[in-house]
Amino acid sequence: MGHISRFETEVLIIGGGATGTSIMRDCALRGIKCMLLDKNDIASGTTGRNHGLLHSGARYAVTDSESAHECIQENKILRKIASHCVDQTDGLFITLPEDDLSFQSTFIHACTSVGIDTQKLTPEEALKLEPNVNPSLLGAVKVPDGTLDPFRLCASNVLDAKQHGAQIFTYSIVQSFIRVGERIIGASCLNVRTNEKFEIFANEVINAAGIWGKNICQYAELDVQMFPAKGSLLVLEHRINDLVINRCRKPADADILVPGDSISLIGTTSEEIDYCEIDSLRVTDQEVNILIEEGAKLAPILEQTRILRAYAGVRPLVDVSGGNGRNISRGIVLLDHAKRDGLTGLTSILGGKLMTCRLMAEMTTDVVAEKLGNNSPCTTHLQPLPGSVERTDKQPRKKTALTSKAAAYRHGEKAVQLFDQSAKGKSIVCECEMVSVGEIEYAIKKLDVTNLVDLRRRTRLGMGSCQGELCTYRASGLFCEYGQCSGHDSSKLLIHFLEERWKGIKPVLFDDALREAEFTYWIYEGLFGAADVTLLGTAQNDEKKEYYEI
Amino acid sequence: MNIAQNSFEKCIKCTICTVYCPVAKANPNYPGPKECGPDGARLRIKSLDYYDQALKLCTNCKRCETACPSNVNVGDIIAVARGKFEKKVINPKLMRDFILSQTDLFGTLSTPFAPIVNKITDSQIIKTVMHKTIGIDKHKALPKYSLGTFRNWFKKNAPDQEQYPRQVSYFHGCYVNYNDPDLGKDLLKVLNAMNIGLKLLNKEKCCGVPLIANGFHDKARKNARFNVKNMTEAVEKFNTPILSTSSTCSFTLKQEYPHVLDVDNSQVVDKIEYITSFLLREFMNGNAPKLKEINKTIVYHTPCHLERSGLAIFTIELLRAIPGLKVIVLESECCGLAGTYGFKKENYDVSMKIGKHLFETIKNSDADYAITDCETCKWQIEENTHLKTIHPINLLAQGLTV
Ligand SMILES: Cc1cc2nc3c(=O)[nH]c(=O)nc-3n(C[C@H](O)[C@H](O)[C@H](O)COP(=O)(O)OP(=O)(O)OC[C@H]3O[C@@H](n4cnc5c(N)ncnc54)[C@H](O)[C@@H]3O)c2cc1C
Ligand code: SF4
Ligand code: SF4
Repeated sequence: MGHISRFETEVLIIGGGATGTSIMRDCALRGIKCMLLDKNDIASGTTGRNHGLLHSGARYAVTDSESAHECIQENKILRKIASHCVDQTDGLFITLPEDDLSFQSTFIHACTSVGIDTQKLTPEEALKLEPNVNPSLLGAVKVPDGTLDPFRLCASNVLDAKQHGAQIFTYSIVQSFIRVGERIIGASCLNVRTNEKFEIFANEVINAAGIWGKNICQYAELDVQMFPAKGSLLVLEHRINDLVINRCRKPADADILVPGDSISLIGTTSEEIDYCEIDSLRVTDQEVNILIEEGAKLAPILEQTRILRAYAGVRPLVDVSGGNGRNISRGIVLLDHAKRDGLTGLTSILGGKLMTCRLMAEMTTDVVAEKLGNNSPCTTHLQPLPGSVERTDKQPRKKTALTSKAAAYRHGEKAVQLFDQSAKGKSIVCECEMVSVGEIEYAIKKLDVTNLVDLRRRTRLGMGSCQGELCTYRASGLFCEYGQCSGHDSSKLLIHFLEERWKGIKPVLFDDALREAEFTYWIYEGLFGAADVTLLGTAQNDEKKEYYEI
Repeated sequence: MNIAQNSFEKCIKCTICTVYCPVAKANPNYPGPKECGPDGARLRIKSLDYYDQALKLCTNCKRCETACPSNVNVGDIIAVARGKFEKKVINPKLMRDFILSQTDLFGTLSTPFAPIVNKITDSQIIKTVMHKTIGIDKHKALPKYSLGTFRNWFKKNAPDQEQYPRQVSYFHGCYVNYNDPDLGKDLLKVLNAMNIGLKLLNKEKCCGVPLIANGFHDKARKNARFNVKNMTEAVEKFNTPILSTSSTCSFTLKQEYPHVLDVDNSQVVDKIEYITSFLLREFMNGNAPKLKEINKTIVYHTPCHLERSGLAIFTIELLRAIPGLKVIVLESECCGLAGTYGFKKENYDVSMKIGKHLFETIKNSDADYAITDCETCKWQIEENTHLKTIHPINLLAQGLTV
């Protein structure tokens, strides 16, 4: 093997989810040199497999006022600094005939006491705002819920961090720590695409590996107990609701319907699973049925709506009892291992939520910066992310092409100006989500994209009704042009992408999803002979894994 | 909720509709039925920013719907979206669209002075003026008006009609009333020869299709309610079928009312019938009039809305029932006029491009007549091939022995 590359930096961040990328940005803005590693793509862990709900905090107001308070604070901040990732939809907490209407006043009281604005609505008022809500509701409370696109959020964090000198390595897994006595001084890593090993030396290492954080701690011979709870969700073909719809009662299964971009999401179920199962999640028939049945109580139209796919994520719940008994936290868990375990050079940031990622980053970076002697203040709550800088709520110009409107929505007006504006640049690759050649070129060249699945996370390619039927061959062709890969390699990317899409379609393979999948199969297998492409060489490391993404 | 609103998600993106769309084929600026229909419907739910002005290029021919294997009401989706979101800009073209779609109003105003009006609209100078000002293409001749309406003529004949043992109601439409009363008269002859009497509805207004095509959906909806009311009365009073000699009127009364205008016609829809399907059934049940031989060759052109209704076969079989007639069925394709579409200056070239293949085939056919069920197809074919184009009923009337 011979030569092993070595890198040096001040801070090494393990994990490119919402938490890791937010830390990367925070460090970079404070002038701390940092590198981020993810064993896969950014936002490919739990960050890409949740509800994408920008909580107002109302969901937690009654049971966990601390979380509720964090939520409403971060909600207000993200609306400003990440406006291109946020849809300010508002949310409804509805009371159905089987629910206890008296819970409403408890709920409103709890919200008010943590600073969440509420507005009590009559059933008629609620139906006027959200015509698809269950018409048998007894009442509703409106709260400032919203939606948060996790893919855009992570990509913008990385973009900003890189502009401030940070570096990112995707498809690079941390395999072990480099340790001197009671100090972690770096990590041994493997690039899973090239199979090259390398080492990164750092003054401080941050474990932001989410549910996989337990493994990372084990590399340092530390014991952190995590209790994975699987949650499954369904993606509906189009937006059936404009406002987030919740039940006004204690949180339960399948009780949130979230409008996300061009689709709606219903979730989630909740099931404790064994830690060894976190990489092989399955969505069962039973879960699909529960989600449809319970979801239809929120919006009856759901039952007649086509389901595009299913996916599942794992809530990274941490046991904070320190080994004696079981005390599971649903909040943010920051572990300064120097204090906790006497091991310097390592800090873990676990638990929390997607929408508290910025706060988690601030808390972590505060601790690490102090150790590094850096006393620049945190500014991530003030500085807008790239894409949200020039954003106004003004509508895009009327005459612009639909692809430009869609791209402005995803990347902010500024980025769109960089896209190739020629006829070719404007032509459409993904017809369901209006992704243009120019947008694909930009993503491949600027947003750390190595394959079509990454490309999907940056652009929504293949996330619409046809689930890649029409865009896959076009986009894989563009990879030859902009991503410097051979025709053979691009065929492999094509198959990799289709397989990934199909994994999520399989649990809902009935009705129109079945017809669509069959038609896609005819095109790629019958017409293009896709199965003949040999899958030799650099296989993507997740091919055998049975997990699903949004 | 109407059909157009929930059928879009059945689309499996096969793009067959776009392959069959005559406008997409002829005009590269038209994104086609898939993108304007199901794809667009989904995005328009997310935000109205995704409404594309290009939707006005759709001719509402519904060939996309005929082609779709997933039963998506593609054309309806587009028409509904236009009705809801199309912005009307006040300019001379709006006036033109108004004139072209107000068939009732201008029919009533023109028929008393038909010879003069026809002369005026036929003059080169006026044509050039209309081209330059309101954008009616100078190559087009506006439809001719008749002197006196069909309704007026019928009044005198109404008592006779009541003598027949069986009665049908007739929705004559604007075309028969103002432009071609002879078609109505021919129908009366044919039915009488079959021992059936003709009734008119107490009142009727334009079915609304030109209003739909020009985006005046509110006015169209008023007409639809008015017509449904009158048809309901006729059905309740006389329990007659309601026949139409226009493939487009009957299609509109039956399908566009509920699908595009959201007007409930369920109490009468089963009674409304396009004439050839009614006649063929009568013929097959033994009630055919005596027909003499017509030793002629005709080419038959299938109008888009008849194709969508799935009724072309009835017209074709009816023609084949005429002794001596040589029937050549042309490939089913759009003639390009699409009601009022081809009259507009900005659509003229596309309209001609769409119809080109049809015109060439007809010109090379050596036929004595072209036959079609639709009045606007008739104008387009006559104008561009100079072959006399008539309705199947006109031909049947020619064959009557009495
Ligand atoms: C079903 C469900 C619904 C949810 N809904 C919401 C919601 O609506 N709103 C909300 O705010 N929160 C929600 N959450 C919570 C939220 O998704 C998570 O808290 C958040 O995404 C965690 O982000 P993270 O960056 O900490 O972890 P992750 O996103 O999991 O990131 C960890 C990363 O570390 C990488 N990694 C792991 N091991 C290694 C290694 N050895 N080397 C290199 N890289 C490694 C992984 O590849 C992964 O990308 C939900 C969670 C679930 C499960
Ligand atoms: S109705 Fe006709 S013109 Fe309109 S999209 Fe369909 S096929 Fe094309
Ligand atoms: S033909 Fe039907 S299923 Fe195919 S793309 Fe068009 S609307 Fe969709």
